[in-house]
Amino acid sequence: MEHHQILRVVTKFNLPLIMLFGLYVQFHGDFGPGGGFQAGVIIAAALILYTLVFGLDNAIRVAPPGVLRACSAGGVLIYAGTGTVNMMLGGNFLDYSSFTPEDAAAGQHYGILIIEFGVGLTVAATLVLIFFALAGRRSAERCD
Amino acid sequence: MVVALTVIRLRDLFAVVMLFGIYSLLSAALFVTLDAPDVAFTEAVVGAGVSAVLMLATLAQTSRHESVPAHRPWLPLAVVIVTGAFLVYGTLDIPPFGKADDPVHTHVAPRYLKQSGTEIGIPNVVTSVLGSYRGYDTLGETAVVFTAGAGVLVLLGGAWRVRRRRGED
Repeated sequence: MEHHQILRVVTKFNLPLIMLFGLYVQFHGDFGPGGGFQAGVIIAAALILYTLVFGLDNAIRVAPPGVLRACSAGGVLIYAGTGTVNMMLGGNFLDYSSFTPEDAAAGQHYGILIIEFGVGLTVAATLVLIFFALAGRRSAERCD
Repeated sequence: MVVALTVIRLRDLFAVVMLFGIYSLLSAALFVTLDAPDVAFTEAVVGAGVSAVLMLATLAQTSRHESVPAHRPWLPLAVVIVTGAFLVYGTLDIPPFGKADDPVHTHVAPRYLKQSGTEIGIPNVVTSVLGSYRGYDTLGETAVVFTAGAGVLVLLGGAWRVRRRRGED
C-alpha cells in the first residue's frame, strides 16, 4: 500500500476524527446512545484501518501487542476491581452507590463511567489483537 | 430477505462477506425504526464494520471459493424446516407485539423507567440498565470478550512472534 497516496492522505485525515468520535461515544454514553462496547469497537476500527493502509509493522509499533494484551486483561480487571472496591466500602459487589454514601445517584454515575471505560478498553484491545493475529499469520506465511 | 437468500446461493465467499455487511446495515436501519438506537449503533459498527474486516482477514488465509458439497442437502433441509416450524408454532403463544399489558412491559421495565432517573441519575436508561441494574451480566460479557481474544491468541498468536524473533536475529 506504499503507493496509494490518496488512501494514505484520506486515512490520515480521518483517523483523528474516528478516534475522537470513539471517545465521544465512550464518555457520552450515559447521555446519548452508545457506551463502552461501541466505543471500543470504533477505536479498534480506527486501528484496523491504520493497519490496512500503513501495514502491520507500523501498526505494531503504534500499538505493541504486549500493551494490547495488558489493556485487554486490564479492562476486565478495572470492571471487577470496581465491584471489589464497592465491597470494601461496605456495599454489595458492583453497588456503585457506596462510592458516595451521601448521594447515591452520583456514585452510580461514577461507577458506570469507570466500568464503561473498562469495557471499552477490553473490547478495543481484544479486537485489534485478533486482527493482528490474523494479519500477522498471513505475512508470516509470505516470509517463508 | 433477498440478501439472505443470495448469501445462501453464492459460492464466492468475498461477495458473501460483502452481503453480510449489507445485511447488518439493513438490520441497523430496522433497529433505528424500532427506536433502539443503542442496538442499531452496535449492529452497524460490529456487524457491518469490524466483523466484515475480520472475515476478510480470515478469507485471506483460506480460499476465496467455497467447495461444492459432496452430499445432497435434503436431510439437513428437512431438519431445518421442522425445527423452524416448531419455533414458529412457539411464537403463536407470545403475546402480540406492542400490547400494553405484555409481560415485558409489566415486570421490571416500568420500575427501571420510573426510578432510574432518581436512583442512577443519568438520562440514558439503556446505559443505567446495562451498567448498574445488570452490572453482573455486563461484567460477564466483558470477560467473554477477553476470553475470546485469549483463545484466538492461543490458536493463532504464535506466527508473528516467530517472525519478529527471526527479524531481530
